[in-house]
Amino acid sequence: MSLWVDKYRPKDLSKLDYHKDQAENLKKLTQRGDFPHLLVYGPSGAGKKTRIMCILKDLYGPGVERLRMEQLNFTTPSKKKLEIMTVSSNYHIEINPSDVGIYDRVVVMDLIKNVAQTQQLDVNGQREFKVIVLTDVDDLSKDAQHALRRTMEKYIANCRLILSANSTSRLTPAIRSRCLGIRVSAPTITEIVTILQGVCKREGLNLPTELAQRIAEKSNRNLRRAILMCEACKVEQYPFSANQNIAEPDWLLFIRAIARKISQEQSINTLASVRGDLYELIIHGIPNTIIFQTLVSELVKNCDITLKATIISQAALFEHRLQHGNKAIFHLEAFVAKYMYLYKKFLEDTIGDAF
Amino acid sequence: MDSFLKSGKLGTSIGDKTSQLNNEGVKKKKSVPWVEKYRPRTVSDIVEQTEAVHVLEQCIAGADLPNLLFYGPPGTGKTSTILAAARQLFGDMYRDRILELNASDERGIQVIRDKVKTFAQLTASAVRHDGKSCPPFKVIILDEADSLTNAAQAALRRTMEKESKTTRFCLICNYVSRIIEPLTSRCTKFQFKPLDESKILERLKLICQEEKLQVNDEVLNVLVKTSGGDMRRATTCLQSCSVLKGKDATVSMHDVYEITGVVPDQWVTDYISVCKENIYSKLEEFIESFILEAYTAAQFLKQVNEVIVNTDEFTDKRKAVIGEKLGTVSYRLQDGGSEYIQLLDLGCAIMIEYSKKT
Ligand SMILES: Nc1ncnc2c1ncn2[C@@H]1O[C@H](COP(=O)(O)OP(=O)(O)O)[C@@H](O)[C@H]1O
Ligand SMILES: [Mg+2]
Repeated sequence: MSLWVDKYRPKDLSKLDYHKDQAENLKKLTQRGDFPHLLVYGPSGAGKKTRIMCILKDLYGPGVERLRMEQLNFTTPSKKKLEIMTVSSNYHIEINPSDVGIYDRVVVMDLIKNVAQTQQLDVNGQREFKVIVLTDVDDLSKDAQHALRRTMEKYIANCRLILSANSTSRLTPAIRSRCLGIRVSAPTITEIVTILQGVCKREGLNLPTELAQRIAEKSNRNLRRAILMCEACKVEQYPFSANQNIAEPDWLLFIRAIARKISQEQSINTLASVRGDLYELIIHGIPNTIIFQTLVSELVKNCDITLKATIISQAALFEHRLQHGNKAIFHLEAFVAKYMYLYKKFLEDTIGDAF
Repeated sequence: MDSFLKSGKLGTSIGDKTSQLNNEGVKKKKSVPWVEKYRPRTVSDIVEQTEAVHVLEQCIAGADLPNLLFYGPPGTGKTSTILAAARQLFGDMYRDRILELNASDERGIQVIRDKVKTFAQLTASAVRHDGKSCPPFKVIILDEADSLTNAAQAALRRTMEKESKTTRFCLICNYVSRIIEPLTSRCTKFQFKPLDESKILERLKLICQEEKLQVNDEVLNVLVKTSGGDMRRATTCLQSCSVLKGKDATVSMHDVYEITGVVPDQWVTDYISVCKENIYSKLEEFIESFILEAYTAAQFLKQVNEVIVNTDEFTDKRKAVIGEKLGTVSYRLQDGGSEYIQLLDLGCAIMIEYSKKT
């Protein structure tokens, strides 16, 4: 039994629930000969993947839905062996280059060259090109991005790239300007409510509007998360009630607990115990940026405006450093320590004022 | 299988530069990207860059070339200039006489040793196939030369000296400071400047005419303004407009903002007025929803900067403080920093400057 998120994923551009104008433009785009490279960007859970699959289906027909998982092997110039998982059909192949870390350049280049050199087998196929879908390109190394800019021009006859990213900030202007950008903003709360109700209806369930509204708000306008939450609610309690408990993601609760711990006691002991907690999050694959952002937004809650500004500027400094170092824990911990120092001083000052 | 039945070879590709240069492929009717289609064919077609154009025209008349170094921002005609000059110098021999290397996918010392050396050592005769005379040298174009490693640049220096009789080099880069001094001193240097807005507008109008595209002046102006003097960007955006909307539909302001990535002004004014209110939770909320819209943060900062610079709400000194934070934040963002935290940081800085005033 598949999850609702997969089961009710729209499969056609015409069936997309929101950003309908854009879908219409995309439809026109697939019908033309000069299909460009695309850069599809937007926050997670906004529907980038769904849109990409719809575009592919429009280009090639239902054949693209026959997917297979395959492991590909590459060798770096220094003879290091790399393995990467791919999902592909006869017409396209999808990889996440950041799976191979700093070797992303080799994998991306080799893959594009291979795909570009194998002509479409099916001569009657309606397209002369195959599509390579690269996901999470925000994480592409600068090296890989440099290499891409020329490669994108060179092999455009036989292959097109569809890049997917959470934001365009980390992409070099050269890559951005070689693609047609497709901005996929998060659906609004109202749109999410409608979608949740649609899903429940098709499941034969009755979802109270209040509950749908609460789920949508808790989801942070992340549609995937909203549908997962809704399904979890169903498992927990059915028939639904308007004010039933909505389970939030474990990692979110966990980070909130860390923040509470830090504001309760600023000491070496807390720092040591927080380190363990942060490790736990990292091990479970929660992205560093998410950990940092959530922690910051929790921690500033009980500060006054001046302190908030100071803490944010420290966070901005440490989070930027984190992107460069290869041990995220150092920078997270440094920030926590800095926060403890500032917060303790703030508490002492305000208590001092009170007397 | 309806994939099979959908008829017609729709997928004519956007032609590529290499196939034009190497001419390997079978001649197909390709839909060429407009950047290629409207690339100047002769040196005199190059807009502005008068110094380079002037010197090169004399070189072409004298049938010789010095080693060249072109530097300047993207889309200002560097590649076009050298390609046009080569075409005029060599006529139909042009394809055999140039080697175009893009440092981005083939870099490192090995390329210099192998490809450049071998090509440099080929002899070039002084007559064309048709018996007309032709300059007896070849041109090696090293595009994007600023991403060559220093070792590769050093190797290049030797090749450049040894083969000076039969080969001319043209180095192209964005930043001249990334090229080692022994190389720059061996070349005649030309700086390429961002194109004037009026010149870009003129060319865009020409393209619209040729492509029979309905675009009103307001839209063209946005394209020109956002290009920042980069002709490639302006042309590509114009083509994107036409690709996305289809030939006959008119391009609206909304479309052009979407394609050029301009953030609607409302977001910029709201950001600043939220800062003015001096309520942190509102700023936080604003940034959360801003990020959910997925606008490009770099472009947003550019627009915020524009407003801050022109406002009369701040003294110059205050503007300088905000400006400094803007610079830091913009650098960190491009360097991988989180949009959420960096935009908060900037917001706090603006907030502080506002609250100082009262
Ligand atoms: N000075 C110019 N005059 C006319 N067209 C230009 C000029 N500069 C750029 N262009 C146009 O912009 C496109 C990119 O130019 P190119 O020479 O490749 O720029 P770069 O300086 O990055 O090498 C070309 O298609 C060309 O049509
Ligand atoms: Mg160039």
